[in-house]
Amino acid sequence: MKSISKWLSKNLIRIYAFFAFVYLFIPVAYTFIFSFNDSRKTNLVWRGFTLDKWKNPCGAPDVCSALGNSFIIGLTATVISTILGTLIAFALGRYKFRGRSGTNLLIFLPMATPEIVLGASLLTMFVNIGFNTSLTSVIIAHVMFCISFVVVTVKARVATLDPKLEQAAMDLYANEWQTFRRVTLPLLAPGIAAAALLAFSLSFDDFIITNFTAGTVNTFPKFVYVSAGRGIPAQANVIGSAMFFIALIIVIVGQVVSRKRQKL
Amino acid sequence: MAAFKGTSTKVFGLNENRSALPYLLLLPGLLWLTLFFIVPIFSLGQMSTKVSGGETGEFVQSYRFSNYLDAFSASQEQFLRSFVYGILATLIALAISYPLAYAIAFKSGKWKNILLVLVVAPFFVSFLLRTIAWKQILGEEGPVVSFLRTLHLISPQTSITSSAFAVVTGLAYNFLPFMTLPIYASLERIDPRTLEAASDLYANGFTTFRKVTLPLSMPGVVAGTLLTFIPAAGDYINATILGSPANKMLGNVIEARFFKIVDYPAAAALSFTLMAAILVLVTLYIRRAGTEELI
Repeated sequence: MKSISKWLSKNLIRIYAFFAFVYLFIPVAYTFIFSFNDSRKTNLVWRGFTLDKWKNPCGAPDVCSALGNSFIIGLTATVISTILGTLIAFALGRYKFRGRSGTNLLIFLPMATPEIVLGASLLTMFVNIGFNTSLTSVIIAHVMFCISFVVVTVKARVATLDPKLEQAAMDLYANEWQTFRRVTLPLLAPGIAAAALLAFSLSFDDFIITNFTAGTVNTFPKFVYVSAGRGIPAQANVIGSAMFFIALIIVIVGQVVSRKRQKL
Repeated sequence: MAAFKGTSTKVFGLNENRSALPYLLLLPGLLWLTLFFIVPIFSLGQMSTKVSGGETGEFVQSYRFSNYLDAFSASQEQFLRSFVYGILATLIALAISYPLAYAIAFKSGKWKNILLVLVVAPFFVSFLLRTIAWKQILGEEGPVVSFLRTLHLISPQTSITSSAFAVVTGLAYNFLPFMTLPIYASLERIDPRTLEAASDLYANGFTTFRKVTLPLSMPGVVAGTLLTFIPAAGDYINATILGSPANKMLGNVIEARFFKIVDYPAAAALSFTLMAAILVLVTLYIRRAGTEELI
């Protein structure tokens, strides 16, 4: 009896963490299980197992065009925000200049502003200047809120770099561009990759800002939100689950690759 | 999400040459933020004092600052609720995340990286799908309610969804990784030798935690609470999906004013008030917590 209570108190925090993970994964498991449901229009009650929805994920009307838009928006916003954010992170991490604290503030503020305010203000501006909301306006908005997250992620990586490596390259007659291209950039790569993945998942999953700036353009989150009223087709569960596994594979492969690189 | 990790206070080996290069690097990104963050915030401010101008449906500037009073008094209740729900959700997320982050940082051995991935992994399933999943799990036809009802633990009239409880736990759930990751990051940076030193000086486990670990992890706690509270207070999705009309938050009011009532000035005034209130609260909190290195 005593040994059981001793074991419990020793492992209490592990048990707690286990239940925290259970809590985190309950809705994920539910979404995954109901992607196999032989559902009709709504996907509320279990009607039996089927692979139909996985074989035909575009079976529900509009779901794949919405998904396509989400990919276009996500990829474009990721590329632009990763480039712009990395440049800022590099400037902040490597140079001393006037206006540093102002720059830091400008990076911090979008993260400290609720999404609904960001969306509302962009919509107001677009209305004011008579700019029609479309795919372009969503991409503009997504780049805006992704930049800050890219900057903080890459900046953390810049801070761990040893400037002596760059000095060594310069001593070996590499010019500033060559040093950046051959030394700094490869060392920053894992941070940049993490930032890009973060930017893509923020953009892909965003609903509030998209809802304000997309006009009639449909995205996957918008599709889910709109169909929530009359029942979400199981195809949405298929796409959600598939995204989950794809992202998981990317992250795990990334970790394996970076561990191998460290060993070399 | 490694937010606020490497901050500006300690940067070694900075180049001090007065070249234009850093400004060139900053220019495109900061220009984007100026055009699509700062300028829109000003448009929002301008819009908030306009009045609707009759037939054309356009809004005309008339510097009517009482828009703020009107909008605020019409939605005081939702305003207060946003902050109460936001704070409660932040506290719940903290209570779940701190032990979780602690276990990952100190008790997970070689599983550390995998567990970290697992914290972020639920994020990859659209948050709307997960919130709707909660609604169905806890809903009228879901397994939890019927189980509790057969055990007579709750009356047939009681439901879990459409309640403040559902909205607050939904908010806490949705922003959990934003709390866990910064806390983990600051726990992970603690030098194990400081903990050994504490036990060498006869501190027991609890004293070591209270006097050494907890203070050293405070930057993570501050960052995590901010990253959770700010989106939670501005959210309206959880209130829409998991709540009843009695659980509407300020976000719901703003959304309705924009899209259903098309009263842009009132919506702008409310958005502005929400942003200002959050910024004031955040500034006070950062001052209290003494972590200036967040910015």
